[in-house]
Amino acid sequence: MIKIQLPVSADEIRKLKAGDEIAITGVMITGRDTAHKYLVETGGEDVKDLLKDSMIYHCGPVVKKEGDTYSFVAAGPTTSIREEPYEADVIEKYDVRGVIGKGGMGPSTLAACGKFGSVYLSAVGGLATILARSVVEVIDVHKLDEWGAPEAMWVIRVKDFPAVVTMDAHGKSIHDDIAALSKANFDRLIAGE
Amino acid sequence: MGHEKLSDSFLELIRRASTTLPPDVEKAMSQAIELEGEGASAASSLALMLENARQASEGSTPICQDTGALLFFVECGPDYRQKEIEEAARAATIAATEKYYLRPNAVDSVTGKNSGNNLGEAFPYFHFDQRDEPGLRVRLMLKGGGSENVGAQYKLPDGRLKAGRDLEGVRRCVIDAVFNAQGKGCAPGVIGVGVGGDRGTSYLGSKEQLLRDLGDTNPDATLAELETQLFTELNQLGIGPSGFGGKTTVLGVKIGKLHRLPACFFVSVTYVCWAYRKAAMTVEGGEVTYD
Repeated sequence: MIKIQLPVSADEIRKLKAGDEIAITGVMITGRDTAHKYLVETGGEDVKDLLKDSMIYHCGPVVKKEGDTYSFVAAGPTTSIREEPYEADVIEKYDVRGVIGKGGMGPSTLAACGKFGSVYLSAVGGLATILARSVVEVIDVHKLDEWGAPEAMWVIRVKDFPAVVTMDAHGKSIHDDIAALSKANFDRLIAGE
Repeated sequence: MGHEKLSDSFLELIRRASTTLPPDVEKAMSQAIELEGEGASAASSLALMLENARQASEGSTPICQDTGALLFFVECGPDYRQKEIEEAARAATIAATEKYYLRPNAVDSVTGKNSGNNLGEAFPYFHFDQRDEPGLRVRLMLKGGGSENVGAQYKLPDGRLKAGRDLEGVRRCVIDAVFNAQGKGCAPGVIGVGVGGDRGTSYLGSKEQLLRDLGDTNPDATLAELETQLFTELNQLGIGPSGFGGKTTVLGVKIGKLHRLPACFFVSVTYVCWAYRKAAMTVEGGEVTYD
């Protein structure tokens, strides 16, 4: 298990290899469909400093409100590939060092990881209760009223958030490996051999 | 049963569905852990999923943050009116959202505004069947969006898959759908298949199949055989838990048939992830039981 403290440098991130299990501690931000479109097409000045050398978590959490305080109740990853049209631009424009989600991403994100020093990390899909417990503090939220709780950008402090590097800064993607393996099996099953 | 008590029963039904992994799914995952073998990373992923479900159940927190769309399948006797059932379920949906059993998930498709309480057009969804005996039976499925996105409908014949209008064609469609779901739906999934119908009823039929117990046997011997074959074959794809490779890509395959038009042959595939949220309740003589 490799410990990563946020903020983190591109050099530090380049040391990670696909397959590494890591535990992340520090401040990161959630962002999914609406956030990615916003970050690329509209603005993002409000979260620019937060994203620099930090990570973006593809997550639409269940959030509890008590007085003025928020806490995460359930917070597993959402499907990352939907953000493929935007992610490379987000990594470049905001100096994001890691993208956390599930299922992996495509070639343009993989290229951006290599070019700018970033990684894609997989959290286990559906692990909502366990992952919510590693979110120790909800610091702030952006666009809550406008976008609703799942789409809002939540600024969170995590402690030992568990994830696996599945796309590294050296062009290696475990998702591509599994896709190739299962494609061979698919072809064999369809051919009825 | 009075409105308030009925609404409370629906709230408990929603709580159970969102926070408890059904026993048949838990059993199938435990069997999968054994199959993968101790020490395999697929086995530890599965064990982590079961641990998450245990903690969720203990604390009454959602197993998955995407608490999905609420689909109520209702059988009601002559002593119940559909309208009162819908009202009680809607009130319970609001209460369940306030208690964080549900994430606010109903988004206006034109304005983009989240209603904040899970109520909206066709949200929740109700399917009613009238029955002669008094009482009420409600089956609830919480259908997450990630897995819903990978559902697929095929129109046979399909040239790309060389799938004709027969069960071999159906088989090819199901394998294709599960292959394409990798990296999106959370494996291992359960696969519901509707063969025939029109476009709408075919998809609905595939969802109704998902209400079956994972350990049951299809009453149609031909479909039962296809289910067994596909269960084996899909697990040979090698996608594995979380898509990281392994012997467990699906936990079950359930296939139903509907009559079709001579011109149409639809095969609809619905995917539910391992966090398969379903629960049922029976109301008889004012007493409520859950299963």
